[in-house]
Order: sequence, then structure tokens, then C-alpha cells
Amino acid sequence: MTQLILEQALNGLQFGLMLFLLAAGLTLVFGIMDCINLAHGSLYMVGAYFVAAAAQAADSFWIGLGAGVAGAAVLGLLLELSLFRQLYRRDHLSQVLATFALILIANEAVRVIWGPAPLMLNPPEALAGPVEFVLLGDTFFYPAYRLLIIGVGLAVGGLLYLLVAKSRVGMWVRAGAANREMTEALGINVRALFTAVFVFGAALCALAGGLLGPLLAVQVGMGESVLILAFVVIIIGGIGSIRGAFIGALIVGSVDTLGRALLPTLLRVLLPGDAAATLGPALASILIYLLMAGILFFKPQGLFPARA
Amino acid sequence: MSLRLTALAAALLLAGAAHAADSIKVGFVSTLSGPGAGLGVDIRDGFQLGMKQLNGKLGGLPAEVLVADDQQSPDVAKQAADKFLKKDKVDFMTGIVFSNIMLAVGPAVFQNQTFYISANAGPSQYAGEQCNPFFFNVAWQNDNLHEAVGKYVQDKGFKNVVIVTPNYPGGKDAVSGFKRYYKGKVADEIYTKLGQLDYAAELAQIRATKPDALFFFLPGGMGINFVKQFVAAGLSRDTQLFAPGFSADEDVIKAVGAPMMGMFNSSHWAHDMDNAENKRFVAEFEKEYGRLPSLYASQGYDAALMMDAAVRDVKGNVADKKALQKALEAKRFKSVRGDFKFNSNHYPVQNYYLRVIGKDVQGRVTNKSMGTIFSNHADAYVGACKMK
Repeated sequence: MTQLILEQALNGLQFGLMLFLLAAGLTLVFGIMDCINLAHGSLYMVGAYFVAAAAQAADSFWIGLGAGVAGAAVLGLLLELSLFRQLYRRDHLSQVLATFALILIANEAVRVIWGPAPLMLNPPEALAGPVEFVLLGDTFFYPAYRLLIIGVGLAVGGLLYLLVAKSRVGMWVRAGAANREMTEALGINVRALFTAVFVFGAALCALAGGLLGPLLAVQVGMGESVLILAFVVIIIGGIGSIRGAFIGALIVGSVDTLGRALLPTLLRVLLPGDAAATLGPALASILIYLLMAGILFFKPQGLFPARA
Repeated sequence: MSLRLTALAAALLLAGAAHAADSIKVGFVSTLSGPGAGLGVDIRDGFQLGMKQLNGKLGGLPAEVLVADDQQSPDVAKQAADKFLKKDKVDFMTGIVFSNIMLAVGPAVFQNQTFYISANAGPSQYAGEQCNPFFFNVAWQNDNLHEAVGKYVQDKGFKNVVIVTPNYPGGKDAVSGFKRYYKGKVADEIYTKLGQLDYAAELAQIRATKPDALFFFLPGGMGINFVKQFVAAGLSRDTQLFAPGFSADEDVIKAVGAPMMGMFNSSHWAHDMDNAENKRFVAEFEKEYGRLPSLYASQGYDAALMMDAAVRDVKGNVADKKALQKALEAKRFKSVRGDFKFNSNHYPVQNYYLRVIGKDVQGRVTNKSMGTIFSNHADAYVGACKMK
């Protein structure tokens, strides 16, 4: 029983941390630049393709991950300079339309370059098996690669915390999120700041895509489903808040994992087998949206709003 | 005058119907992108190989194959099928991989009186009460391969089994098929979302249940990810994996590799089956595509041969639906799986075999035939079918 609880908790943590990598960039772009970027999921997809292609070419997962993340950062830079800069001043509808167009372009481009079949990305050989560890006298197993993802996620989370809460640049970012005009008036080059934040967000997307590649599949359209979850995370956490994104991502990750694990079993106690089998997974997948609706009802600004 | 004109028109129409068609059109709708793409691509490649060996002709008439990708979405499939039926006026349809898509597209095809030759999806609905003169399945009924695994797991004396399957019609058929022959304890039935790729939560649940055997039906990319994650979680030490051939054929083996070795699975066909048609098919497929064919490819190939034989039988007069139905039922082609016949519900009565994954003489990880599980096995639903 302890093994089950520990394993599901780690699964929730792993999923939540990956959502955090995506939500962190999204919440900054949305919160600071007031720009709705639907193509954030496409950056995640393209990043994953970059990582998979580079890993295949170099025959090394680590080189692939590094090259892929760097490639996505460059792509993010080009996108920001050419397109997003024009969008900041427009209304939300124009932003939604333009970035939705980007999704279609990205999906089609990926299909043309890499074909419709998913790319295979394997974890490093050394991490393909389980890790065995002893806790309170019991032996536990957990996949080594998922532990690595948790480690990277926590490290990036810590780094972001230091950057945003303790550094000067972070102070500008927080100031920009709280009041853009005032920050500009104080003589901070907001334009360069925006570019840096956008590029950083793109790199985080690629990192998430590359790390999840071996667990999921690198395929066309992988960005859309995860984008919806990332939006749920930043709405729960409060738009523009890194702390909110972190807490929100962990909540969504845990609720989704626990819901999938527990709901079908619980329902089977109450309902006949086949009805529970149909209802369980369906209920589990709407659970996080129920959670979001509940939080919006009690705290319309999210848990940790940036503009308090 | 008008009566004579009507009579003339009717005579002309009848004459037109009796004439042989001068070409045959086939509408091929399949899943060619996303995690299920491997299946559709194999069916397509098998079908196209059959067409190539028939010199692009069906029953001696020049044939055109129109291909569409359904992206594993019933809506997209319906649109593509409607276009094939209404605009291109195809003579046959085939290709659909997933049963939920088959059930969505079926009604339009049958209403249009077009013959659908299923090279994969074999939902229980179309085998039983909703059986239809215009639906043929050249592969199997969904339950069959699962029944074969259930029988084997039962015979081997496993007592505590967990079942994992996607929550869709094909998955429900898998569970009922398996449980029809496996009589031991089912510790847990886990239903996942169709297309799910991360199985962390399910694997934790399986570990807690401690089954001695695990039966999973997860076709395509789902199975690839499941087996990889199953091995990565260290579960393969205590739990023996069993699957129908769908989750243990070339597409999955190629992606997962050595960890699949020793896994037992069931199929109505194997690439090492010893008959002249199969040897030729496997050799030509390897030459054409540079990989071993999967059971999906064999089904696509058989579908092409089946259309060819039927069109030849009716001498190209595909407008005579009754005659064409009789010709299809007669099954005059030689299948790569060896002999089989169609039951009254247009599903095969055939043998099912046990296969195990191991290394072949060339050192490739692949399936080996191990013997027969069922001989001349029919599906469980044929009794409910009142074929018109």
C-alpha cells in the first residue's frame, strides 16, 4: 500500500513538474506582455522534434536535448522579433487568431519535414530500468527516467525561483507583471526584457518536450492537448505568477494522476462493473476542469494573482 | 408515348446495369497519422503490394485506389467516406483500423449499398444483430485473438490476471473475448483512454495488485509505450505479459526491441507460416518496403486479393450487388494465412495460432509460430445474425 501511495505521489509530481515547465513560460508571456500565445504548445512540439532529430543524428540523448533546447530558443527569438513584437499592442482577438494560425503552420511544417508517423525517442540506456531504494525497511521501485525528470523539474523550479524572486532581472519581470507602464517609466528596457522572457519560455517548452519525448510520443498535434492543461494551470495559479504556476501545476498533476488511479476503483464499489469502467475514466478526465471551475468560483483571480 | 419513353429508359438503365464496369474504384480510409499510424500504414502497404502483384487491376479491370487519412477521428473518417461514396462513387471500401471509427462510418456505406471489406476492425456489433450483407471482414472478429490468449493463459494455469485495454468498442470486445476462455480470477480490469501514452498511474496500480499474468490489448503507439514503461517500472520480473498479436507484432517489436523477448501472443497469421502464397507475400513485402510485414499488412494484402477474386467471379459486373455478394461469400482467393471460409455473418471461420517473440536465424527479434490454439474457430456472435 505504501508503495502504491508513494508511486502515485511521485507520478503526480513528475507530471506536475513537466506542466510547470510549460506553464512558467506561458504565464510570464500572458502576465507580463498581456499576450495570449496559443502557439506555446507548438513550441513544445517543435522543441520535442528538435530534440528527437538531434538525438537521432548525434546518437546521444543528452546532446540531442541540449541542441534541441538551443534550437527552440533560437526559434523563439526569431518568432518574438518578427511576429510577437507586432502583437503586443493588438487586442486579444488578433493575438488568438495570429497564434492559432501559427499552430496550423507549425503542425503542417512538422508533417512536411518529419512525416505523419511519430518519431521514436529513447531514454538513455542507463536510465531505461527501475531504481530500487529502501525506505522504512521496505524496498521500492520507481523508473529511473521518471526520477530524472522529477530532478530536472525541481532544479528548474528552484532556478526560476532564485531568478524571479532574488535577482534584479527577476525584479524587473515582477515589476513588469504588476504594472507595465510604471516599469517603463522607471527606465527599464521592457522590449529587451520581453524578448528575453519569450526566449526563456521557448527553451523551457523544448526542455519539457524533450524530457517527455521518451515517455510519450513525438508527434504532430502533441502540443494542443498539453496547452489546454497549461492554461488550466495558469488560471488556477493566477496569471503572471511563477509561484502560482508551480503550485497550480503540482495540483493539476496530482489531481489528474490520483483521479485516474482512484476514481475507477472507488466507483466500482458503488456501481456495477461495466458502468464504473465507462464512468470512471470519463470522470477522471473532467476532474481537473471541475477543480478549475471551483477555484474560479472562490478566487476569480487564481490562487496567487500577480497583480494583487 | 410517355409510357414507351419510360419503358425505353428503364430498358436502357437495365442494360446499363448488366454491362460490366470498365474500371473499379476502391476507397481506402485508414489511420495514417498519430500513434495509430503504424497499423494503417501496414494495411495500406499490404493492400498496395497486392494491387502491384495484380498489375494494378482487380478482376482484370483497371483499378484505382483512393487513399484518405482519418487521423484516428470518427468525424474525419465519415467525411472522407462520404466523399468516396457520393463524389467518387467507389465500388469497394476498406482500410479502417479502429472499431469505433468502423461503427461511425458503417451506416453510410451500407445505405449506399457499397461493399465494405474490413481488413482490420471486426466489431461484435457487425458480427451479431447488426450484421449486414454489405460488410465483410477478411481478418477476424475482434474477440477472436483475445479468446485465443484467454485459452492459452487458462491452459497454462495462471490464476490471477489483470487486464488493460482502451475504453472503446474494440477494448470491450477484447475483455469479453479473453474472459470467454479464461476462467480464473481477474484481479483488475483497467480501462484507459484510447490513445493514452503515459501509463504511470496504471502501472502503479498493477504493481499493487501483484498479478501473475497481465493481459493487455493496446494497439499501435499505445502498446509501444506501455511495454517500454512496464519494463522501466521493473514489473517484468514478477509478471508475465500476454497480448493478442495486435500488441506484439512488428510495429511494436521494432520500437521496443529485446525487452519483448519471450512474450506469448496469438494470431491468425504469422510471417513464418509455411505456404506458397505466404512465402511469396513475405519475400515481396520485405523487398518492397525493407521490413517484415505485420498481421495488419497480411490483412490488407488479403483484402486486395478478395476484391480481385470477386470482381473476376462476376465478370466485372459489380453493379449486380446480389451476384457480387455471392462471389465475395464464396471466397475464391488463396489467403496468406492458409485456408479459411466465411461464416453466415461474413466473418472468417479459421485457425488461431500461438506465437512467441524471440530471435530468428538472422538474429532479428521477431515472432515465431508455436502451434495451434483453435482450429476452425468461429466467433461467438454469429447466432444473433439474421443476414438478409
